[in-house]
Amino acid sequence: MAEDIIVNHDDWGLHRKGYLDQRRHKEKVEEVIKQQLGDLIVDESIILSDGKKSTKIPMRSLEEFRFKYDLNKKNHTGQGNKKMSPGDILGREQGKGKGSSGSGAGESPGEDIYEAEVTYEDLANILFAELKLPNLDDKKRPLIAHDRPEFNDVRKKGLMANVDKKRTLLESIKRQALQEKEDKDQRLKITPEDLRFKTWETRPNFETNAVILAMMDTSGSMGQFEKYISRTFFFWMVRFLRLKYENVEIRFLAHHTEAKEVTEEEFFTRGESGGTRCSSVYKYALDLIESDYPPAHYNIYPVHFTDGDNIGSDNSRALTLMKNLVEVSQVVGYGEILRTHYSSTLMSTLKRITDPKLRLVTIRDRNEVYDALKAVFS
Amino acid sequence: MDTEMVRLTAIAQNIAQVARGMGLDFYPVNFEIVPAEALYTFGAYGMPVRFAHWSFGKAFYRMKTQYDLNLSRIYELVINTNPAYAFLLEGNHLTQNKLVIGHVYAHVDFFKNNHYFSHTPKDMVERMTAHAEKIREYEGLYGREKVESTLDAVLAIQEHVDFRSHIGPDYKKDKTPNYPLKNKQTEGAHSCQGPGCQGQGCSTKGTCGSCGNCQQPKVSTREPNKAAARTLRNSTPYEDLWEDLSDKEHEMQPKQDYEDLLYYLIEFSPGLEEWQRDIVSIVREESLYFFPQIETKIINEGWATFWHAKIMRELELTENEALEFSLMHSQVVQPSRMGLNPYYLGVKIWESLAKKKSLEELFELRETENDLSFIRNHLSKELVEELNLFNFRKAGAHWQVTDIDWEKVRDNLVLQLVNGGNPRIVVQEGDYEGKGGLYLKHCHEGVDLDVVYLEKTLTLVQFLWGKAAALETVVDGKPYIFEVSDGLVSRRQKNKADNN
Repeated sequence: MAEDIIVNHDDWGLHRKGYLDQRRHKEKVEEVIKQQLGDLIVDESIILSDGKKSTKIPMRSLEEFRFKYDLNKKNHTGQGNKKMSPGDILGREQGKGKGSSGSGAGESPGEDIYEAEVTYEDLANILFAELKLPNLDDKKRPLIAHDRPEFNDVRKKGLMANVDKKRTLLESIKRQALQEKEDKDQRLKITPEDLRFKTWETRPNFETNAVILAMMDTSGSMGQFEKYISRTFFFWMVRFLRLKYENVEIRFLAHHTEAKEVTEEEFFTRGESGGTRCSSVYKYALDLIESDYPPAHYNIYPVHFTDGDNIGSDNSRALTLMKNLVEVSQVVGYGEILRTHYSSTLMSTLKRITDPKLRLVTIRDRNEVYDALKAVFS
Repeated sequence: MDTEMVRLTAIAQNIAQVARGMGLDFYPVNFEIVPAEALYTFGAYGMPVRFAHWSFGKAFYRMKTQYDLNLSRIYELVINTNPAYAFLLEGNHLTQNKLVIGHVYAHVDFFKNNHYFSHTPKDMVERMTAHAEKIREYEGLYGREKVESTLDAVLAIQEHVDFRSHIGPDYKKDKTPNYPLKNKQTEGAHSCQGPGCQGQGCSTKGTCGSCGNCQQPKVSTREPNKAAARTLRNSTPYEDLWEDLSDKEHEMQPKQDYEDLLYYLIEFSPGLEEWQRDIVSIVREESLYFFPQIETKIINEGWATFWHAKIMRELELTENEALEFSLMHSQVVQPSRMGLNPYYLGVKIWESLAKKKSLEELFELRETENDLSFIRNHLSKELVEELNLFNFRKAGAHWQVTDIDWEKVRDNLVLQLVNGGNPRIVVQEGDYEGKGGLYLKHCHEGVDLDVVYLEKTLTLVQFLWGKAAALETVVDGKPYIFEVSDGLVSRRQKNKADNN
């Protein structure tokens, strides 16, 4: 008997359902990322990379909760490719170290180990959406404008150096195509009428330069943790400012009782001993601004990380200098990285400055870097 | 392309004839050639037309990634309806499609004849289309977030449905047990949502009638729990069923348990709005539809694999085709790295049965067995040894083999198949501590629950119930009660004062 069978081959190209819900899942994962941003941005794999490559952090996909058995307390059944005997080890923990002892069977009994990945870009996008550039002084902007030529027109007269070869040739071809056909064999000739020149207009260009003065206390009391925190902070700060300004420079100033400029590597790795005199680095920063970064042309972002353990007699001098620094800067960040619940005398001294451009933050834990970033850039 | 369709149609006709000739009995099948993306979508959703939810998107992404990385491949997907729909992967070779088509016919034969499928609606495509439309409509009316959070919660407990609800005398009277919203009691439940009602009115549903007791003073709500449970029983369509079971259960349980959590929520939850109840009933109906597939995975895949091999041997294959067939067949039955390959285990059992039994007897088994009984009755000592099956569990940081004794292996497999592999959670009362709380009990059968998941899931149950929700279970041999109220989870050891 002949079966009534239909075989179809339709166009399923518009069947996007799976993708739509996949996108929703991704959105939800991003919400979770947002909640965990504080932890994620201090991830070593990002901070210790150059941030250019797309570093990936494994992110668990959203879990679908249900009443389920505890897999660790349960007997599973598996299949081996050889005879097993009680006591044989199949593998360690789930996930890592799969397939030992030749068994290949079920080290990971049905566990949902699927991981979505977050790239550095994803993370940066989410983070930077939360940050704002404070105190953009509009009055200042015209001052840092430079005239910049912009080639945006083509004319028949102009400087020979600016001849537009492509358009000139096109004109020549057009002209000769219109002429009588007997000239056909002739070589292409360029007449003065064919010439076209690129011309420019001068426009005020708001060249935006920013400089970060990264200052850090390198006295004996600043350890690995403190360095890592400041490193994380500067990492994101530089990348954030690069979005906003054309040129972002960063200068590294280390200090104990005296300040000096160091390389990035030294800044983050080298520790020194001795006491702390914060005024020294503020002075150094002010000198640097005066010599290299006129405030009329630069957006200046000094950020100072310390444990706040300043020599008491230095506080009043630090306060005066800090006031000056605040005056010339867009925003000044002062971060105390502390393990205790008390803030330092320097912190309370600096609190006397009421200018909102000074942002005082205290970081006690890794994931507070996020809050610090938000406090400085808001 | 067209000539390929013509050839494929001819092949499908040929194979259908061969399969019928050998005794398979199936619904008409519509074949559809689809690209991988579409096939994986259907795989993730279980049905081409199912409603939208991010969890399906997640499943789709995972399946598709595995396909893209060449880790796994679905060749076909069959929808259990009449007529059946079979989706074949675009790009399957002709030989692959021959095997797949044979496989499909055997699946459809199983759907048509296996007892556990006898109550699945045969027009599920249309029903699910309607469900999806409704949910879209609710999204428009109540907002996507609200619908999503309701679905998040309902899907978390979708397995806790009474899969045997069709058994019992009431089933014949009430033709639409899957549409509880349409019966009177539910309407009663809705009128019970006044602020003064506190939900207790709901738990006394049987006497509620037109919901008169909503106006009654609160005293009346302090009904003894047992009476509440009894009235609850009488109010359900399972009344007679309870009578049947009560003798047996009575010895173990001091009072009646209610198996169908979703149905209970639809009927009695004080915290759900009408449209949310509808979503619960949609999920419940789809869950009931899918459950037979879950509980017959091994036997059904085994059956289809057994038959595609049998059919292919009847076809005249060229040498190349025979080689390609063998290759694909061996891939399908490849022992799995991550546990048991249901195709492999299933086909091995069917093959061993075919040695001892007639075809007639095999057909009878495919009518009456599910995975649980199939393993319990037919996984023999020889097979356990031949397949090198073993039990293992976590010991410290290691996964360690615990047993290779065939009976223990078999029994452990059976244990994993009980209730579709899900813990059995029953409702014990809807007025816990007289405050309208929902009290659930995990029927502990030797394996503890995952506590993190328990707490999160119970929070979702509480969301659906609207008031406190509690769950009794056993952790490390001690009875515990977990309770969620206002989103806060607490746990305490159960003591004698808790007479529940």
